[in-house]
Amino acid sequence: MSIWEYANPTKFMRVTGVALPWLWALTAVCLTVGLTWGFFFTPDDFRQGSTVKIIYLHVPSALMGINAWLMMLATSLIWLIRRHHVSALAAKAAAPVGATFTLIALATGALWGQPMWGTWWEWDPRLTSFLVLFLFYLGYMALWAAIEDPDTAADLTSVLCLVGSVFAVLSRYALVFWNQGLHQGASLSLDAEENVADVFWYPLLVCIAGFVLLFVALVFLRTRTEIRARRIKALETRARISAA
Amino acid sequence: MIALLARDLRLSIRAGGGFGLALAFFLIVVTLTPFAVGPNTATLSLIAPGILWLGALLACLLSLDRIFALDWEDGALDLVATSPLPLEGAAAIKAAAHWLTTGLPLTLAAPALGVLLNLPPQGFVWLALSLALGTPALSVIGTFGAALTVGVKRGGLLMSLIVLPLYVPTLIFGAEVARRGAEAQATATPLAALAAISLACVALLPFAAAAALRVNLR
Repeated sequence: MSIWEYANPTKFMRVTGVALPWLWALTAVCLTVGLTWGFFFTPDDFRQGSTVKIIYLHVPSALMGINAWLMMLATSLIWLIRRHHVSALAAKAAAPVGATFTLIALATGALWGQPMWGTWWEWDPRLTSFLVLFLFYLGYMALWAAIEDPDTAADLTSVLCLVGSVFAVLSRYALVFWNQGLHQGASLSLDAEENVADVFWYPLLVCIAGFVLLFVALVFLRTRTEIRARRIKALETRARISAA
Repeated sequence: MIALLARDLRLSIRAGGGFGLALAFFLIVVTLTPFAVGPNTATLSLIAPGILWLGALLACLLSLDRIFALDWEDGALDLVATSPLPLEGAAAIKAAAHWLTTGLPLTLAAPALGVLLNLPPQGFVWLALSLALGTPALSVIGTFGAALTVGVKRGGLLMSLIVLPLYVPTLIFGAEVARRGAEAQATATPLAALAAISLACVALLPFAAAAALRVNLR
């Protein structure tokens, strides 16, 4: 029993088919509990008022915007090294999800920034690097869409993902140098004694769990769609050959 | 390798090679800037380093699809790939040829265009130096982007979408050197970072470009 067994599309389809309903249920529970708790049962912040509650959407989606790219990096490497098709398709499936999370983080950040900082947008390193990350997602998806042969597309996008990761990190450090930040420091780290006050912290954890589950469920769903689309194409080709 | 370099240089300089187009584009961008922001000399000298960097970057971008597209169409790229020369070397040579026909002329022309934008006198040296250090990175990153999209029909827009985010760090440090130079501030830190980015790109990206070319030639 090893993780490579799931590289077999049939096995992957069977396992995810069983797991998906449970994943959706867990996602729904986590998001409902986390968001309801966060929005209606936590006190307003002393200075920020009720705008603090946008943290329950902003922080998890920002987290997943970055983690989705990391997942694509891992699956791209697996594709380049071990040539498992499911891996390449999972990377393809994750890109639009990651881009959406990045966009949500940018939009919620702007909504929060308007009353708090007095501006929708500020050329702050964190904000700008997220915008650049979003552009990387766009380029990655455009490259997938532009190339017809699926294996060539998988290879080229994997190379782009690798190079893009290096440049995304590089941009991050360049931006810190370029402009001093307005964005507050990390509000989540595992080694800190207390990150944010506990009343906000526990519902936030539930929300993060919900977003992680949502991401996994969406990627499973989209990967299954890709596998099915690939199968349909294979069946159509076979039918055309036998008809000829 | 030298034969390939000489061939690429000859092809780009002779008729239809597009040599000088990038320079003309650079001139036009700089000419249009005062129309867009107004001819106030104080404003112009404030934004001159950034506009010159941006113009050079866009001029560089526009000439990228020539790196591989013609060789791809007439099959010369297959000959290069089957020759004893490693494809990494060929990619590096292609980038060098692009730099010699685009980056170097842009660097030499930039100070002259700086006069048009009322660049402060102390800024000229730093502008030329930052472009001389930064444009090799632009050429090599662009070669990688061109190698990725060489198989795509009319891939120009796609290549811009892929290449421009990769240009971000180079642009930040390059424009920062030029800006600080124009304002007579210390430039050592961004200059070192710019040189580091250029050297790392020149050292590593030909391998990525060659990998992309191999996939496309398969």
